[in-house]
Amino acid sequence: MQLSVKHLLGIRDLTGQDIQLILDTATEFKEVLQRPIKKVPSLRDVTIVNLFYENSTRTRISFELAEKRLSADTINFTASGSSVSKGETLLDTVNNILSMKVDMVVMRHSASGAPHFLAKHIPAAIINAGDGINEHPTQGLLDAFSMREKLGRLEGLKVAIIGDIMHSRVAMSNIYLLKKMGAEVMVAGPPTLIPKYIREAFDVRVEYNLRKALEWCDVANVLRIQLERQNQVLFSSLREYSLAYGINKQLLDSLPKEIVIMHPGPINRGVELDSDAADSRQSIILQQVENGVAVRMAALYLLSGGRGISA
Amino acid sequence: MKTVLNEQQLSITIKRLSHQILENHTNLENTVLIGIQPRGVFVSDKVVEEVRRLVLPGTVQYGKLDITFYRDDVRRELHVPNHTDIPFSIENKNVVLIDDVLYTGRTIRAALDALLDFGRPAKVELCILIDRRFSRQLPIQADYVGKSIDSIISQKVKVFWKEKDGKDEVGLL
Repeated sequence: MQLSVKHLLGIRDLTGQDIQLILDTATEFKEVLQRPIKKVPSLRDVTIVNLFYENSTRTRISFELAEKRLSADTINFTASGSSVSKGETLLDTVNNILSMKVDMVVMRHSASGAPHFLAKHIPAAIINAGDGINEHPTQGLLDAFSMREKLGRLEGLKVAIIGDIMHSRVAMSNIYLLKKMGAEVMVAGPPTLIPKYIREAFDVRVEYNLRKALEWCDVANVLRIQLERQNQVLFSSLREYSLAYGINKQLLDSLPKEIVIMHPGPINRGVELDSDAADSRQSIILQQVENGVAVRMAALYLLSGGRGISA
Repeated sequence: MKTVLNEQQLSITIKRLSHQILENHTNLENTVLIGIQPRGVFVSDKVVEEVRRLVLPGTVQYGKLDITFYRDDVRRELHVPNHTDIPFSIENKNVVLIDDVLYTGRTIRAALDALLDFGRPAKVELCILIDRRFSRQLPIQADYVGKSIDSIISQKVKVFWKEKDGKDEVGLL
């Protein structure tokens, strides 16, 4: 068994089998992470560069930890403080790094499609760690892994993705993945934050009423309001957004059934999610972070191997 | 295909291996049995079943170890991992590793590395159903051997199990 792709650029390019393989492999890596020595020597001879052109806490730490748990050598690159500020192009930067014998590139960039561009020009395997408003495939995978772990299946699961759909790469990866695995998907939020074409393009339900969305779903994946990507006024104030679309414990308790709350982080506490809901028993936000390492180990492992004998 | 062990011989061999393990580890107090995934588990399941018949209930500690992540040929070919399940500590225990065929010794080398990541066992022994002699690429030998055979590289040893392949038999192709 092998992945059908050479790079992990987006969930869009993966088959259902690929997704299954990554999730199953991640299950075994999760077991590794429970051992007294949480490390395996699989990628001992692989060097990986983490190329972060955009800020990140969770994803960067999670990737770095995953690489270390696989015994890979890692180098970290952040755009601030590098020669990017001197005007070096993306391709030049990467080619310079690769000439130092680097095998894989983990990359985050604020421009959608940056890793796809790179994949056309360099031989190394690329993992997209988030590109603009396009995709964040490992987040989609770890969300699915966490749902499957908590509820036992993906097929037939009702998942509501709530909030800033328009600017969210997490939403895109979630939609692609969940549809491929046979889950039912609903997007919910204010009309200004939901792209008009989304119902036709992705065959998802659209709901503008938060309570109705929560009553329908098994899992609510709550997204962050991405103020840094919004260059026009799409809702009047954070307070108003919170009143209409904020989730709190009282609202959760009034629902007919207990739903699972997820969030890719970082949480804007008191905006999309109140503390009493974010820290409640129903929330699996910290499990998502924990599972992130195992899922990224699986992706790195599966993309590193089977290249024939390399020196 | 030449038969190495037929169904009856296979069952007797498993019984003998189980008794030999018990001979050296009388009441299994400080001993754990670990089968190597995926094919070694068929042998270890049978050995454990036999051993359980012979000792007090609840004294057999049995785990399964997958060595995929410890292989030395990751770069050549990608392998899909199986499940590791060792629900006890192996610190200061005697460990009996169980596999079906001992050939180059590379699997056992990987298994030893994997095992040490779970703790420091007092002693590790190896129980093997079929030992292909004179074909080792590493200095590894078994403590319990079901049957030793001489074979050449182009030959293949196949172990069939009822649960998976419909019959219990060991053959040389």
